[in-house]
Amino acid sequence: MTTFFLNGKQVQVEDDPSTPLLWVLRDSLGITGTKYGCGMALCGACTVHLDGKAIRSCVAPVSRVEGKHVTTIEGLSDNLSHPLQKAWIELDVPQCGYCQSGQIMSAAVLLNENPEPTDKDIDEAMSGNICRCGTYPRIRKAIHRAAKMSGERRTK
Amino acid sequence: MSAPAMVSRRAFLRTSAAVGGGLLVTWHVPFRPEGGEALAADKDTYAINAFVRIGSDESVTVIAAHSEMGQGAYTSLPMLLNEELEADWAKIRVEAAPVDKVYNHPVFGIQMTGGSTTSPAEWTRYRKMGAVARVMLVEAAAKQWGVDSTSCHVAKGVVIHEKTNRRATYGQLANAAAQLTAPADVPLKEPKNFTLIGKPMKRLDTPSKTNGTAKFGLDVMIPGMLTAVVLRPPVFGGKVRKLDGSEALKIPGVKVVEQVPSGVAIVAEKFWAAKQGRDKLNVEWDLGPNAGISTEQMLQDFAQASQKPGNIAKKVGDPAGALKSAAKTITATYDVPYLAHAMMEPLNCVVDLRADSCEIWTGTQFETVDRANAARVAGLPPEKVKINTTLLGGGFGRRANPASDFVVEAVHVAKVAKAPVKVVWTRDDDLKGGWYRPMWHDRFSAGLDASGEPVSWMHTIVGQSIAEGTPFEPMMVKNGVDVASVEGAADTLYGIPNLQVDLHTPKIGVPVQWWRSVGHSHTGFSVEAFLDEVAHAGGKDPYELRRKLLAKQPRMLAVLELAAQKAKWGSKLPPGVAQGIATHFSFDSYVAQVVEASVENNGTVHVHRVVCAVDCGMVINPDTVKAQMEGGIIFGLTAALKTEITLKNGRVEQTNFHDYQILRMFESPEIEVHIIPSTESPTGVGEPGVPPVAPALTNAIFAATGKRVRRLPIRASDLA
Repeated sequence: MTTFFLNGKQVQVEDDPSTPLLWVLRDSLGITGTKYGCGMALCGACTVHLDGKAIRSCVAPVSRVEGKHVTTIEGLSDNLSHPLQKAWIELDVPQCGYCQSGQIMSAAVLLNENPEPTDKDIDEAMSGNICRCGTYPRIRKAIHRAAKMSGERRTK
Repeated sequence: MSAPAMVSRRAFLRTSAAVGGGLLVTWHVPFRPEGGEALAADKDTYAINAFVRIGSDESVTVIAAHSEMGQGAYTSLPMLLNEELEADWAKIRVEAAPVDKVYNHPVFGIQMTGGSTTSPAEWTRYRKMGAVARVMLVEAAAKQWGVDSTSCHVAKGVVIHEKTNRRATYGQLANAAAQLTAPADVPLKEPKNFTLIGKPMKRLDTPSKTNGTAKFGLDVMIPGMLTAVVLRPPVFGGKVRKLDGSEALKIPGVKVVEQVPSGVAIVAEKFWAAKQGRDKLNVEWDLGPNAGISTEQMLQDFAQASQKPGNIAKKVGDPAGALKSAAKTITATYDVPYLAHAMMEPLNCVVDLRADSCEIWTGTQFETVDRANAARVAGLPPEKVKINTTLLGGGFGRRANPASDFVVEAVHVAKVAKAPVKVVWTRDDDLKGGWYRPMWHDRFSAGLDASGEPVSWMHTIVGQSIAEGTPFEPMMVKNGVDVASVEGAADTLYGIPNLQVDLHTPKIGVPVQWWRSVGHSHTGFSVEAFLDEVAHAGGKDPYELRRKLLAKQPRMLAVLELAAQKAKWGSKLPPGVAQGIATHFSFDSYVAQVVEASVENNGTVHVHRVVCAVDCGMVINPDTVKAQMEGGIIFGLTAALKTEITLKNGRVEQTNFHDYQILRMFESPEIEVHIIPSTESPTGVGEPGVPPVAPALTNAIFAATGKRVRRLPIRASDLA
């Protein structure tokens, strides 16, 4: 039995403690916005936040999150109001869309830690997330756009 | 490609009636989770025809006959339809079509998505369906009001009779309109009057792809569903000799371990148990005839084969004679590897198999083929097999499998699972699973005249046929030549007076398939790289030589000149940075690209900028065209710089993204896309961005370093 907080709500699961968080989210809790891409922390499609830090849920045993706070794409906002979601929509970033949950969750941690990232900062923070459709140029622009929106919000 | 043919009205209306109304229940894709507007599924909705339903709540549901795999079909198809329907764009939703003849591809005659044909093929049909529906809605209003329909007009989903100041919404009229007979024919707008087509419309699927609500095949869950993985043979065509599943069955949650034709199925309550069970299997394999296949040997065999001409695909003039009498001759060979599609969403398929029915949920590009193959395995007539097409987490051709491999296997697994089951492929399964872009060897000889211009061009191609042995063989293979093997080479636009393209088609036990841009993915590279060699051998600027050879190809000439102009071809660049240029005609579209690249002393390649010009006829959504060019360029750069599938002792050597590396953000160049305004019919955009980028890059590398890259992927060791 593992107990943790998922998007602010306490949940309990009975999966074996060694089960990767990704499969607990998807198969046991039915929370499918977090995606499977490689199972080896190589592609970033499964990125979620653990106490505010980006982790690859495909290699994180659920025991690791006991008592902690996990945020998935579903918990980023409940009305598409997060600046990254707004910027993603404004610039029509996604193509197939499969990797985008992970992209956005990685970008969200970047912006939390570095509200005005440079291109180089973005390259470094996002290098763990693969997009096979090739949306990188738009992801980069959208992160800058979201940073600008957040900045405007802060100064208001 | 012939002009898109309309389905006959009678056939259309017949099928429309058959699939209309309450029967038209499909997998639900909630596109507007943020809007607070209830989805129409439970409200009264009326099928005006098979392509559009209107709800009394004013919702307008466009039925998409093509899958959404990132290319924007779920936005472009509604744009086409609503250009004529003139409903309120904010009310538009999209649903995947069920499998039905009425949704067959207007050109290919089966229900499918591929060949960069969605927009070109649906250009007329979706507009007509929208126009027919609008006329019926207006007619319904005119009847109610007792006025002449020609005195009414529509605006944003409202029919208006100005004289009497009467208005009725589409939602109010839908029921009455659905009872009317469809008009025999309706005129379509002149392009100058378009209000949607040609505008950069926001994609309808973006909101759902930014909050986790977009549903892909892997996200499907149905009551009582189990999850399975399959252990497939280590060598293509291998068979199970001895199976010991006892250890696997000890894993909590594992329910069934059984042989299926493709290997051993491990069925469990959830994925993780199935995966762990698979790791515990003990299987002895009969490896079969393919255990000796090796990439090294194939490279030698292909090179050997190319010494002799193969089956003639194209012959113009007297290429051999012109080569003999040429002032100068050059020869070069090029090699490209097997490539996996490696869509981010690995293959998966959910099957609910019952005694008298079979329901399938999967992201597919090939509904008609999959349904026929699934029906055969299930022992049911095709009409008893229902396919729910989900969103595709990438396709690139892999989800249009002629054998429906991932669907057929899932039906077999459902038989042994004796319960609804989802079959999941791991990344390892995906990369080792075959159906690759074929490995190719290209040998060229060119003869140059005294002025340095090419007068003879001889091109021998060696590689497997994609169509051979599939139902597509009669259509695609003519006189021993698979058209997909020589496309982009035999139909080159360059005006070289003596030309021959011939083909060897070795039979190798590695399954191959169409991969984004198909044959063009190798001919684009080899033809454009060798033309660069020809230019240098003749002392010509590669851009100027291309201009000269394209003198009779105004559309390609225009994209070439636009790309060169926007990239400032020939201008001074930072030290170490050089430009390369390439063009390619594919899927009826014209593309030219200029790459700026540099190479470090250790051979590391940096791609700084790509400038792309495209003529794809009339544009439906310019932002989508740009996105497809951007994506195609990055897809092509991954092939140029990163990926290869190799085999040793019949075994695929790559297993995951550490040894099959996809281009990442920090390696991704700045990309500029320029679209040529056009009044020609729309042509493909999903694939044509791919072929020119590899040669433009290797040509830039030559300009920067003097080193000619003749095999992909580019290796630092070849450039250090």
